[in-house]
Amino acid sequence: MDKYRSQGLSLSGIRRNFPAFILLILVLLLWEIVVKGLKVPLWLLPAPSQVGKALWQTRHLLLQHTFTTVLETTAGFGLAVAAGILTGLLMGIFPSVKRLFYPFLIISQTIPLIAVAPLLILWLGYGLLPKIITVILVCYFPVTISLLEGLEASDPDYTRLLRSMGASRWQILRLVRWPHALPSLFAGLKIAATYSVMGAVIGEWLGASSGLGVYLTNSSHSFLTDRVFAAIFTITVLSFVYFLVISLLGRLALPWLKIEK
Amino acid sequence: MLALQGVSKSYPEYRLPVLDPIDLEIESGQFVSLIGPSGCGKSTLCNLIAGLEQPDGGTIMLNGRPIQGSAGNVGYMPQKDLLLPWRTLLDNLILGSEVRRQDKKNARSEALVWLKRLGLDGFSSHYPQQLSGGMRQRAALIRTILFGQDTLLLDEPFGALDALTRRQMQEWLLALWQETRHTVLFITHDIEEAMLLSDRIIVLSQRPGKIVKDVSVPFPRPRHPDILLRKEAIKLKKELLELLSAEVKDELYDSSVLEKQVL
Ligand SMILES: Nc1ncnc2c1ncn2[C@@H]1O[C@H](COP(=O)(O)OP(=O)(O)OP(=O)(O)O)[C@@H](O)[C@H]1O
Ligand SMILES: [Mg+2]
Repeated sequence: MDKYRSQGLSLSGIRRNFPAFILLILVLLLWEIVVKGLKVPLWLLPAPSQVGKALWQTRHLLLQHTFTTVLETTAGFGLAVAAGILTGLLMGIFPSVKRLFYPFLIISQTIPLIAVAPLLILWLGYGLLPKIITVILVCYFPVTISLLEGLEASDPDYTRLLRSMGASRWQILRLVRWPHALPSLFAGLKIAATYSVMGAVIGEWLGASSGLGVYLTNSSHSFLTDRVFAAIFTITVLSFVYFLVISLLGRLALPWLKIEK
Repeated sequence: MLALQGVSKSYPEYRLPVLDPIDLEIESGQFVSLIGPSGCGKSTLCNLIAGLEQPDGGTIMLNGRPIQGSAGNVGYMPQKDLLLPWRTLLDNLILGSEVRRQDKKNARSEALVWLKRLGLDGFSSHYPQQLSGGMRQRAALIRTILFGQDTLLLDEPFGALDALTRRQMQEWLLALWQETRHTVLFITHDIEEAMLLSDRIIVLSQRPGKIVKDVSVPFPRPRHPDILLRKEAIKLKKELLELLSAEVKDELYDSSVLEKQVL
């Protein structure tokens, strides 16, 4: 179960991540010195301090765009999780449903999002809906697959014990298979959370009036490279926040995983 | 009373049946041990009585009621403790009442009484991963008892424990049974364990399993492990060992190992 254990925000977590933090500072410093020393033009590669400046100067604009992206991401993620849990459960409970849909589920993952997103814009216009759908497309798969795998990996000995008590299929699902699948489900949720923002940004790229993807394309078309980096920074932070929220929920939902053996 | 009549079982994968028709009666409140070579069908017999599998033929009656193919009539404990890792010790103990949709609060307070008796009440909110092997096995047995049926099937419950813990668990079970007087079918590979605990010992033959010996254990109760040092005990042990090693002489066991155990 170790692989599911979340990286903590705890004191020991901070201590563990301290070397990585130092490395980050060093890289940023080096970057700053090289860019300033070689007098690299701003449109080619901005120094970290210039990115910081762009972040601060466009903070109101950035906040507005971030708000749109957060809206799309949260709605898409929520819907994907709901759909993923529902269909994952159905496939886990009824093998015939799985046999019917599983191949399509796998194939659907091989269709590139970049190719589908323009179609969504074509059909559904420039509003929020096509972006929410791209987020769903990105998040649905890891949630469903991880839940299904967790459900199927449950130890048959536990199932036999429950059956010997005269438990019904539903009771076995509720008392054994579902709790057993939770760590795996949360692993999938974490992957989905980190990808979710990217899904929204790709949707916005292809046509929108607001969102971090719009800010990103506008900045890059105007050669405002410092703002491009500001957008990248914001997207990264946002993705990380989603990841942290899910990790935290996971720790609350799975207190027994923290126990040392 | 648990009564088996002509109970047989085979799996389509193999030509050789697992169990030849078996007839067996266990009085209420009797402690019966079942020994036999590995793979002779002891666990299969348990599964049939527990209702996890259907016998090919024959009837299994519990207190005059046929129970073959229906689960939930007996308490069943496999070798692994199978405590659910996401449940605390206390919540593991009430699993049976939850399956039977009984009142959780009552079940919890009943389970707490048991934990107190075992001196485990300090661990009620611990997770199984935090408990020692012996504690977990005791918890699993309490869960089986709290399921509330007066017949227990214990399939090598102490098989995975070290010798010392095992002896402690035997004494503990002995004292426990002395009070509760469950009807017990106890499966073991350990002849001394069988002699210490049971009223009767049944020896199964190699596959296809059939009963080759049914002896009563004459020692008075309450018992102390020292009875195993008595002359009659050593004689009985030798007799059972010879029976067993005759059963397994060809393949499974090195009979010289078994003979060493006599001394
Ligand atoms: N579901 C099954 N399908 C096919 N064969 C099975 C099945 N379950 C058990 N068997 C076979 O039946 C035989 C008896 O198995 P069983 O588990 O009852 O033996 P056992 O006496 O409990 O052995 P052990 O002492 O090793 O626990 C074995 O040869 C086993 O391979
Ligand atoms: Mg067995």
